[in-house]
Amino acid sequence: MLRVRNVTKSFGALMAVHDVSFELGDIGITGMVGPNGSGKSTLFHILTGFYRLDRGEIFFNRHAIANRPPHQISRLGVIRSFQQTRPLPFMSVRDNLIAVAPRQCGESIWPLFFSPTRVRRQERALREKADGVLDLLKLAPLADELAGRLSYGQQKLMELGRILMADPRLILLDEPTAGINPTMIRQLVAVLCRLCEEGIQIFLIEHNMPLVAQLCQHVFVMDSGELIFSGTSGNARRDPRVVEAYLGRESHAA
Amino acid sequence: MDYILHVLILALIYSIFAVSLNLELGYAGLYNFGHVAFFGIGAYISALLSRAGMPVEGAMLCAMAGAGIAGGLLAVPALRVTEDYFGIATLVFAEMFRLVCLNERWLTKGPMGLPGIPRPAWIARGVDGLPVYLILTALAAAGVFLFVRRLTGSPFGRALRVIREDEHIAQAFGKNVLLLKIKTIVTGSALAGLAGTLWAHYISYISPADFTLTETILVVLCVVLGGRGTHWGPVLGAFAVIFFGEAVRFLPIPHELHRYVAPLQGMVYGGILVLIVLKMPSGMIAEHRRNGA
Ligand SMILES: Nc1ncnc2c1ncn2[C@@H]1O[C@H](COP(=O)(O)OP(=O)(O)OP(=O)(O)O)[C@@H](O)[C@H]1O
Ligand SMILES: [Mg+2]
Repeated sequence: MLRVRNVTKSFGALMAVHDVSFELGDIGITGMVGPNGSGKSTLFHILTGFYRLDRGEIFFNRHAIANRPPHQISRLGVIRSFQQTRPLPFMSVRDNLIAVAPRQCGESIWPLFFSPTRVRRQERALREKADGVLDLLKLAPLADELAGRLSYGQQKLMELGRILMADPRLILLDEPTAGINPTMIRQLVAVLCRLCEEGIQIFLIEHNMPLVAQLCQHVFVMDSGELIFSGTSGNARRDPRVVEAYLGRESHAA
Repeated sequence: MDYILHVLILALIYSIFAVSLNLELGYAGLYNFGHVAFFGIGAYISALLSRAGMPVEGAMLCAMAGAGIAGGLLAVPALRVTEDYFGIATLVFAEMFRLVCLNERWLTKGPMGLPGIPRPAWIARGVDGLPVYLILTALAAAGVFLFVRRLTGSPFGRALRVIREDEHIAQAFGKNVLLLKIKTIVTGSALAGLAGTLWAHYISYISPADFTLTETILVVLCVVLGGRGTHWGPVLGAFAVIFFGEAVRFLPIPHELHRYVAPLQGMVYGGILVLIVLKMPSGMIAEHRRNGA
């Protein structure tokens, strides 16, 4: 489904991602771990078109997506979240969800005036869909609240809701559980597992190792811009390079 | 009485102008500092065509189309640069437009301007035509208001607000940000062109001096004072600004100071604009009522 070959990206002298190649199978939840600054987010930015890459190829279902603009990649069904929460603060929670839905005919000027019924029908359908998603996330009571007034954890859940509105085929999550409480983590995990069962593929960056071990069939480990491990999470903990990457970081921090 | 009609016509024309800018500035967050150019392009195209013998109605439509196309031609390169430079690019564009009008004498008669711009055949010349012209302007303003309200209250307007609040989110969810912005600028420019053409046929004389930075500041002031991103804000702002401007005429200003009044006006409007942005950024009508907090 997603195939990455020899992807390289540098910022000046800094090699943020160096010659990374991997493939994601067709189903399941894949984890990406690695110390701070190892290039995980940068790789996500590259996969979703937000950063240009220096070298390499990326294929999603046989579409070459390297260096395509973000909205085109998104329209193929590759939907991402950002490491920082990014609510649309002055729109209601429900509108946050409805606004991001793809293929809205009312976003073109012509249909607004010449097929208003079609626009109205789609709006109603989107509203129902959004309310369904909010129910699933237990955010329904907050539907009319301004998104900027939600707690951090609620915003993270809402962001997952936005992604669900987009009919994703591959979801890229950049640290979905960072900074939120255990109850919400459990809720989030339940939703992720459900999506996985529906055949949506999930690729997530995560620092929470027990969670990765619990969720992910497959794990990648990055260090200093390089992919140093690919395999099951059990094996990752025994891999000498992975151990060194983490221990190196800890002794550095000490 | 005639004077009141005159002020109402001006206020309505500026309402159209401000509503068109609000579409760009208020909803899409596009800080267009050269909007007066499209007002001017509308005015000039309409004046030139009608003076050449085209029926005024046709000239007006051509003017709107011309202003819209000019908007597209500006948008495509200007949107390639970052937001700050977009403001500068539009500012420069407006100045270029003014210089072209000033220097291409064969077409625009340069600083002499274009006199004798006719009104539609069914509207009388001079003050006799004022009531009918007021009705025409009011109908145009109502049409523009409803059109823009439909646009901004729709999924299209919602997509613009997403772009305004977080362009990356818009992109990550498949919105073609560039295309949406271009559509917005083309639409906004065509509507500004309509305001310009209504103004030209009303005043019957235009020159490059009518399309300066002062007019840009004035229309930005209308939008910001009234309340960006709201339906009625720019209309309210336009009426407030025009009525204020007219009221100033009745101040007892000594005759020998008159030549300072015009340049001072620009400064005063600029000063008010800065004050509002600092002290009352949401204007008279606020887009978001912040309850609690
Ligand atoms: N736009 C940029 N310009 C310059 N350097 C950048 C840029 N983005 C990232 N970097 C650098 O690239 C390296 C990798 O950063 P990245 O954000 O990908 O790390 P990460 O693995 O996501 O770390 P974390 O776990 O802290 O989120 C870092 O050294 C970072 O400073
Ligand atoms: Mg990161």
